[in-house]
Amino acid sequence: MQTDEVSLKKRAKSAAEKKATYGEDFELAKYEEGSKVSKPVEDLQTLDEESKKTLLQVGIIPSEEGRSGSFLVLDNAVSHSSQKDDNVELMSTHEALEKYEWLKDYSWNLVQVDTDKYTAKTYLENADGYFIRAPAGKKSSMPVQTCLMLDSKKVSQTVHNIIVVEEGASLDIITGCTAKKGVEEGLHLGISEIYVKKGATLNFTMIHNWAEQIGVRPRTVVQVEEGGTYVSNYICLKPVRSVQTYPTVRLEGKGAVTRLNTIAIAHPGSVLDLGSRAIFNAPDTRAELISRTITIGGRLIARGEMIGNAKGAKGHLECKGLVLTDKGSQLAIPILEANVDDIELTHEAAVGKIAKDQVEYLMARGLTEEEAIGMIIRGFLDVGIKGIPEELKNEIENTITQTAFGM
Amino acid sequence: MLKIEDLTVEVNGKILLHDVNLEVEKGYTNVLFGPNGAGKSALMRTIMGFSEYSIVKGNILFNGEDITNLPVDERARRGLGIMMQRPPDMSGIKLRDLVKVASKGKKDPEALAENLDMRRFLDRDVNVGFSGGEIKRSELLQLAAQNPSLYLLDEPESGVDLVSIEQVGMTIKGLLEEGLKCPGERCKKGKSALIITHTGQVLDYVQADRGYILCNGTVMCSGNPLKMLEEIKNKGYQECITCRLMK
Repeated sequence: MQTDEVSLKKRAKSAAEKKATYGEDFELAKYEEGSKVSKPVEDLQTLDEESKKTLLQVGIIPSEEGRSGSFLVLDNAVSHSSQKDDNVELMSTHEALEKYEWLKDYSWNLVQVDTDKYTAKTYLENADGYFIRAPAGKKSSMPVQTCLMLDSKKVSQTVHNIIVVEEGASLDIITGCTAKKGVEEGLHLGISEIYVKKGATLNFTMIHNWAEQIGVRPRTVVQVEEGGTYVSNYICLKPVRSVQTYPTVRLEGKGAVTRLNTIAIAHPGSVLDLGSRAIFNAPDTRAELISRTITIGGRLIARGEMIGNAKGAKGHLECKGLVLTDKGSQLAIPILEANVDDIELTHEAAVGKIAKDQVEYLMARGLTEEEAIGMIIRGFLDVGIKGIPEELKNEIENTITQTAFGM
Repeated sequence: MLKIEDLTVEVNGKILLHDVNLEVEKGYTNVLFGPNGAGKSALMRTIMGFSEYSIVKGNILFNGEDITNLPVDERARRGLGIMMQRPPDMSGIKLRDLVKVASKGKKDPEALAENLDMRRFLDRDVNVGFSGGEIKRSELLQLAAQNPSLYLLDEPESGVDLVSIEQVGMTIKGLLEEGLKCPGERCKKGKSALIITHTGQVLDYVQADRGYILCNGTVMCSGNPLKMLEEIKNKGYQECITCRLMK
């Protein structure tokens, strides 16, 4: 074992009991470690109808039509990996670490093993996950789809993903994180280290669709080099026990750009602690952090943080939250920090109910109250996310309709 | 078609309108005059059913049905349509989508927008950053899609530049006379309207049948709209108040 591995292990062990800064503290011993072996799924279409529906609900197309590659993790086992396009490379993280000597410098580099007990556990379990690489200058016309599914009851899933978009390359990824029907309790710990190189672009859309007793602790850090662009869309519209995430984007090269969109609905019993952080470490970098959240009875915390360390940085943070019932709550916490001059960081936060005059304006055009509220919610959540498959759009539409009728 | 009887309305415990009596017959275009703050917009918004206005007493009848306590959408479905003076900003809602739902999917937003020179606004958020004139045209576009039988038009010419006034005026005329074979059919088959105007400019385009003057929260008198407008232009509203007091 190499010295750095020894030291990582030591650090991870020391953090094995370390509580996370935010969110409910999950007792890890209560969950069985998810199985690392499962029967390979050669073709996603051979899955049972229920599982295929589950995939569709998080934007994963079983026929793989319109996708350049597909990847499926069941509990802790990589069950499917296929690719149709040479402009992108897709395999398991373990496989990739075998194949590429250089990759070890990318692994556990952005996310620190001793961040908290969840990162420590993921490291100590030597978790597998997906590795996606877009070779320099390559552009895949279709997105890669990956799915992380909790397949068994009361297990903890640990995954470690690494994405590298090389110089001048462009890549779209759709990741669906979900639980098999009937799996209502469990824990999902997901580490993602994302590298966007010089002049490269990554569009990353993540859809979460969990169940009432599932705890979710993603840990994501992104590094964007000169002239690179990282766009993230995070969507979480269904009940879950607790999600706590605070993805951080480090803009390390001149002119690097990021835009993070979060859209979420907190159902009764759900606690969603959703943040996004941009660190401007190079001149003329840009960030836009947009959060649109709705509570229909759950607790929603929208954090946003921008730290300006380089001249010419510009960022805007927008947290807007709707409270549709007295039982729900919204907390918006915007933080702006400027450490040099010539920086422009702004924020706009608003939480409250849907304006009555807006509802009645639409009703005056013949819409029922529910239809009017639905239309307003749809508009509120529309932050211009591109590339969402039809099936998922319908799913989002149904959720919004139910939300409007449930008021 | 529309009959208002002894209507008294309050907002936040304050009486805004009292003992209002007013009528719009089928096919008629009636005009509501009155100084700023008289309660004209409040009356129109009460007729549409907006919830901030509480009816203390009186009735609103539409086609013989008592609609006093009906919600806004029920009134819209029965044929009432309003052009608001200051509609709210509708962030995230595209004008195209609103036009589509207002017409229940029956009319093509592109074709309707073409007539009002509003095509480039179809993919904008409704009312967000619209100028005064653009708001009027957007409201008319929505009404054209909705196709009501009674138009409630709150100052259709305010904030509109001189060139666009003709467009707004002609559009209103077109909507009110839609489907008519000859002017003689107007009172039988035409649409009805209640129009609030300060300047009377809109009356250059539509034929008004009766005028009402609203002062201090109630109707002071009614009569020939063009004559009334002339009187108001010459003498202001003080004459009306004095005249009413004399009665």
